[in-house]
Amino acid sequence: MQAILSQVMIGLVNGSFYAILSLGLAVIFGMLNIINFSHGALYTMGAFAAWMGLNYFGINYWAALILAPLVVGLFGMLIEKTMLRWLYKLDHLYGLLLTFGLALIIEGLFRNFYGASGLPYAGPEVFSGAFNLGFMILPKYRAWVIFASLSVCFATWFVIERTRLGAYLRAGTENPQLTQAFGINVPRMVTLTYGFGVALAGFAGVLAAPIYQVSPLMGSNIIIVVFAVVVIGGMGSILGSILTGLGLGVIEGLTKVVWPEASAIVVFLIMAIVLVTRPAGLFGREN
Amino acid sequence: MKANTKILYLVLLILAIVAPLVGAYPVFLMKALCFALFACAFNLLIGFTGLLSFGHAAFLGTGGYVAGYAIKSMGLPFELSIVVGALAAAAIGYLVGSLAIRRQGIYFSMITLALSQLIYFIYLQAPFTGGEDGIQGIPRGKLLGMIDLENDLIFYYVVLGIFLFGFWLVYRAIHSPFGQILKSIRENEPRAISLGYDVDKYKLLAFVISAGLAGLAGSTKTLSLHLASLTDVTWQASGEVVLMTLLGGLGTILGPVVGALVVVTLQNYLASYGSWVTVIMGAIFVVCVLAFRRGIVGELRAVFSRAP
Repeated sequence: MQAILSQVMIGLVNGSFYAILSLGLAVIFGMLNIINFSHGALYTMGAFAAWMGLNYFGINYWAALILAPLVVGLFGMLIEKTMLRWLYKLDHLYGLLLTFGLALIIEGLFRNFYGASGLPYAGPEVFSGAFNLGFMILPKYRAWVIFASLSVCFATWFVIERTRLGAYLRAGTENPQLTQAFGINVPRMVTLTYGFGVALAGFAGVLAAPIYQVSPLMGSNIIIVVFAVVVIGGMGSILGSILTGLGLGVIEGLTKVVWPEASAIVVFLIMAIVLVTRPAGLFGREN
Repeated sequence: MKANTKILYLVLLILAIVAPLVGAYPVFLMKALCFALFACAFNLLIGFTGLLSFGHAAFLGTGGYVAGYAIKSMGLPFELSIVVGALAAAAIGYLVGSLAIRRQGIYFSMITLALSQLIYFIYLQAPFTGGEDGIQGIPRGKLLGMIDLENDLIFYYVVLGIFLFGFWLVYRAIHSPFGQILKSIRENEPRAISLGYDVDKYKLLAFVISAGLAGLAGSTKTLSLHLASLTDVTWQASGEVVLMTLLGGLGTILGPVVGALVVVTLQNYLASYGSWVTVIMGAIFVVCVLAFRRGIVGELRAVFSRAP
């Protein structure tokens, strides 16, 4: 029972990373019609930004949690302004190819300067140790990761679905020309959306840094699973991507208990099953 | 075929025949030809059907593992091992393809990528692949039971023959009524459906042919290098074939061959620079997408067709 609960917990942690990354992908896809292949690399970049901040400038974890997503977001906006902008009129696949190339560049550079093995990053003092819940031991930092990423996910959902800014955003997704005609600067909104989407990836990277080692490969390992999560959930609904991400994380954790060898592939197997039974995804709309 | 094109193909064929005789290293040429065949197979999907498969390395790797296992552990003859490798890849291609064609566009790419990662993890743990070590010391066997293929020069011509067969098959497929239907799917899928074509059937058939040829390339590569390893199943390898085809020219017949030659040559010369290779590959991707979408062959063709 102990083992199962602690695996569920680890699953929830992984699931919150899946949720926050697939949410970023969905937000970007909604506005830009691009699958951001560099999402994993920008998650890595967030983790490295936190590590560099601590080791070169003495910036602590809490400041990094704000600053690293900002840096990643600004970097993303630069990419959008200088490169992605030129691809909107073309086939979707060019956006995928361009961001794939960017991912290779970012990952290759980190590997070149920091090697392929991971660098340790210590989490904040407050969260060292664990809660003893009686029936299980819950490391404090893991609890914080789940809390922080879920808060950010639901804040994003709230902004997009319940505020005026979100309404502009949804209008821009639905009909860019008409939205522009109402005097809303759609190109700027597109830039900001991309920046925000990748900032979410950067935020996840900082959260992940104390749990996993900071390594150039952390992004590419997770992004393919996140793609499968996106296929399973469909990108139509924000709450859908959050729930799918969390749920798959838990299933992955449970698989580690019953059949450890299959834990790396269980998400892909579920994707295959969903494709057979519900091709549009659990929360998707067929278009 | 126009007369000019015929002459071009003839010149290229003669170049390929004399290349190892005038100093080019045969094993390098074999590797280049295998990747060229891999890229041609891939181009049948992206260039002529409009399907971006981001998991084609799974088929390359399957061909390699199955052929390597067949010839080394089961003692099958050379010809049969290659065929078995290609057929295994086509069978996996049928499974992956029938799942992936259930979604369009960008989802298709994500599904193929995810399924190829599934296959990667299976090969990582399966007993017959040797895990991280791969299958090493694979013999090449004898052609028709008589000619010893351990001689690199002789084996090069066998590889050239296999490549030409694959290239011819892709060429025939593209210039057949079947190829015309594939192109119509690429240009306007709803219209192809409304004309009464069972689009899914054609997509799946194209996918299986492409996977089988990728497996043929993988089998041949494994025997050329005496090695089947996990490298050929990684998503990086899937990315490489996309790069080769994009660089050479999507939807051109010779483009993938040119792109494969350029990329394999680059990797060969830059091997000592470690992870800079990844950075350079990424940079080529970015430049191709932003400024150079027709690729090398596409740009050349545009230049020549504009000339008076």
